[in-house]
Amino acid sequence: MRAAIIVFPGINRERDLAIALERSTGRAPRMVWHKETDLAGIDLIAIPGGFSYGDYLRCGAMAAQSPVMGAIRAHAARGGHILGVCNGFQILTEAGLLPGALLRNAALRFLSMDCHLRVERADTDFTRHYQRGEVFRAPLAHGDGNYFADEATLDRLEGEGRVAFRYTTPMGETTPGANRNGSARNIAGIYSENLRILGLMPHPEDLVDPLMGGTDGKPLFDSIAALAA
Amino acid sequence: MKAVVTVMLKEGVLDPQGKAIAQALHGLGFAAVGEVRAGKRIELELAETDPARARAQAEEMARKLLANTVIESFRVEVA
Repeated sequence: MRAAIIVFPGINRERDLAIALERSTGRAPRMVWHKETDLAGIDLIAIPGGFSYGDYLRCGAMAAQSPVMGAIRAHAARGGHILGVCNGFQILTEAGLLPGALLRNAALRFLSMDCHLRVERADTDFTRHYQRGEVFRAPLAHGDGNYFADEATLDRLEGEGRVAFRYTTPMGETTPGANRNGSARNIAGIYSENLRILGLMPHPEDLVDPLMGGTDGKPLFDSIAALAA
Repeated sequence: MKAVVTVMLKEGVLDPQGKAIAQALHGLGFAAVGEVRAGKRIELELAETDPARARAQAEEMARKLLANTVIESFRVEVA
């Protein structure tokens, strides 16, 4: 399992993601600067959180136009796996690799707290080490995580089983209170049509060791580790 | 030529920034203020001298980068 982490200027969660990936896969990911254009031999591309290009214009808008995006698109077209966390999710929507957009949080506040996520399906390459309907804890740290898509797109995502995670209570209920950023239908993460691209706002990479306060996020990386030898 | 691109959130897309501005204005005593919507104004210096072509260029830039048409609409003015 060879992973690459794309590093844009202004990204700040690349080391967290590297630790989580190495812990599960036993192999240090390759750190790829945004000006590189060769991603040959890579199984998983991970796009970390942070504030790429200072969030100028819109979160992720500049990164979506950077030199490395050509190689990322080619990887996606080959059916390669991509994980985008937080700013990485915003970048994937801005690049058109995932539908919808992330708006300013409904209450306008930057959210820095834990949330609970319900696993909507456990038969994808990212969730095999979870159970369907399982609820796990994940840290939130974003100002623009309010998932938006038009009703037709939301219906299609639901119909095609492409909602990965929803914000819920610890008991797994999709209440408005559990949906801190105001996301449409409590959506925290979604898949591409072929289920090979996952974007999510919360940070499972920050709960992969008891020293971090829990290992709730580890099954996601264990699932990824099982992808390729 | 100069092109001015105005980018606004589409109708129906929640504009919490506009809402917050409206609340602050009400707090300042501007009680008559109704809905407020906030957007962006982007000014472009273009080498193009033909207004129609300048507009077409600015519109392409808006579609490709300046606006995210999933959530935003834009208007181009050329001067």
